Amino acid sequence: MTFFRLLSVLLTLALLTPVPAVEAQSNQGPLRIRITEGVIEPLPFAIPEFIAESPAAAQLARQVSQVIAADLTGTGLFREIPASAHISEVTNFNAPVQFADWKAINAQALITGSVGVGSGGQMTVKFRLFDVFSEAPLGEGLQFGGTQDTWRRMAHKVADQVYSRITGESGYFDSRVVFVSESGDKANRAKRLAIMDYDGANVQFLTGNNALVLAPRISTAGDRVLYTSYETGRPTVFELNVANVSPRALNLSSDAVTFSPRYAPDGRSLIYSQSQGGNTDLYRFDVNTGQRTRLTSSPAIDTAPSYSPDGRQIVFESDRSGSQQLYIMPATGGEARRISFGQGRYGTPVWSPRGDLIAFTKQNQGRFHIGVIRVDGSGERLLTASFLDEGPTWSPNGRVIMFTRETQGASGAPALFSVDVSGRNLKRVPTPGPASDPAWSPLLQ
Amino acid sequence: MNFKAIIAVAGVALLSACTNADRFSDGSGAGAGAGAGAAGDPTSPAYFQQTIGDRVFFEVDQSTLTEAAQQTLNAQAGWLADNGEFSALIEGHADERGTREYNIALSASRANAVSDYLISRGVASNRLSTVPFGKERPVAVCSSESCYNQNRRAVTVVQAGGGAGF
Repeated sequence: MTFFRLLSVLLTLALLTPVPAVEAQSNQGPLRIRITEGVIEPLPFAIPEFIAESPAAAQLARQVSQVIAADLTGTGLFREIPASAHISEVTNFNAPVQFADWKAINAQALITGSVGVGSGGQMTVKFRLFDVFSEAPLGEGLQFGGTQDTWRRMAHKVADQVYSRITGESGYFDSRVVFVSESGDKANRAKRLAIMDYDGANVQFLTGNNALVLAPRISTAGDRVLYTSYETGRPTVFELNVANVSPRALNLSSDAVTFSPRYAPDGRSLIYSQSQGGNTDLYRFDVNTGQRTRLTSSPAIDTAPSYSPDGRQIVFESDRSGSQQLYIMPATGGEARRISFGQGRYGTPVWSPRGDLIAFTKQNQGRFHIGVIRVDGSGERLLTASFLDEGPTWSPNGRVIMFTRETQGASGAPALFSVDVSGRNLKRVPTPGPASDPAWSPLLQ
Repeated sequence: MNFKAIIAVAGVALLSACTNADRFSDGSGAGAGAGAGAAGDPTSPAYFQQTIGDRVFFEVDQSTLTEAAQQTLNAQAGWLADNGEFSALIEGHADERGTREYNIALSASRANAVSDYLISRGVASNRLSTVPFGKERPVAVCSSESCYNQNRRAVTVVQAGGGAGF
């Protein structure tokens, strides 16, 4: 007990307070995944079911352990050694770890924990992470507390800690995704805004079926959503407060179509497309002053803008050269620099939260791809290929991209998929039905 | 352009002979031209839709009007001149082979091309409004060119009321 201490973090209601900064210890033993490496053998870990501190905590303990394991294995970077292979049984959170037993089954990381329930619907989750082959803890033990209805978030927080300590990068599990839930015939789809946890749990609908909605974007703080709605009869930028689910038209133009909005990183302004007289240009709207500024004035289609993480530049698509291509310009407008020069058409650019890459949709020879390219236009890589892939959105740590994949034909339907920026670990994201246009939030606070 | 001036007319037009009818009629503002009167009545929206031709088609990734499109629009302009009590909502559409935002912009450009042409043929601009639907409302749902070329369209939906006339 001398090499770590438990930190208590009180979580009240659904609001989780920030975890005090816990630096992974300078322990640089073998327990390390470097995500940038070309080929990765998933790191084997064991997570014996968390100890229930009382019989009433048994089910939560089991569920929390399962969500942590699912988070980690879902990355493709970790592989769980099933409980049936465990030699040691952990019956006490504070008992010494039998490292030999975990080495014997080649578990490189060991996660132990306990779950307790208190009065008034409260619960606590404690965990420790061990580097089995160094026979040492990796980082400090942590304790999360909150109401029982936030148990999934506590599990995601634990998984984020484990991911972060082993990879050296921030995690992405305690995050949410806003998307468009679709239903009905292909010629007359009904579309509603919905929000869910990053793994598809806790789906909540944010709008009704009465009007088409398109392409939501979530604010940096995760509290507001921008989207395009046909509620007024024509495409109009709306904003919705997630907490009280109150939508409002932003009134960006009295007579023009507005769409493709996105927040500035500081949330104080937004950029969007406005289409007037058949021409589509980019504009900025200052939330505080209400001032609108035109940023482009080419006779071409300029749309799908996205800020750099520092808010100083905007990447967007334009067909000013004859076909859809990617351009970067200063956030105040001005001369734009084309960065895409490969074959085909490039659209929907989104700047990585790390700042290093831009994700895009590429259309070439009848196929659609999600790809990434460096900010200087070099290093284009295609991560996916299908009949129709489009609309990438970044995980909070810039390591995973979620996007829409739609199947072809009369019965074709969209679904959400995710893929590592390496191109590995392509998989479907569970949704209640057909879904499109994901927008991934930052890590929740 | 005043969207509020577009008043949906109650009653469903008889479109039995129409092979090209819109398959949608939701509350989004899209829909087949609805109005009183059978297709045999040359002042009816049904006649406009079926005999005059309510839609024009575009090449891939283009919003320029083909010669065939211009002929259809000449007839539309003539009908609108004869039926001054109607206004028109021009819906722009795109096929599914494009990204969502780009297709909104492209279909806005298509609808505007139609509007501009009708204005050039004498239709008062205050009788016309446009709305882009991108790839959100296809009429043909197969994933081949035989459907795509039906979906790359601008549909002129005539509705009673709203217009100031010539």
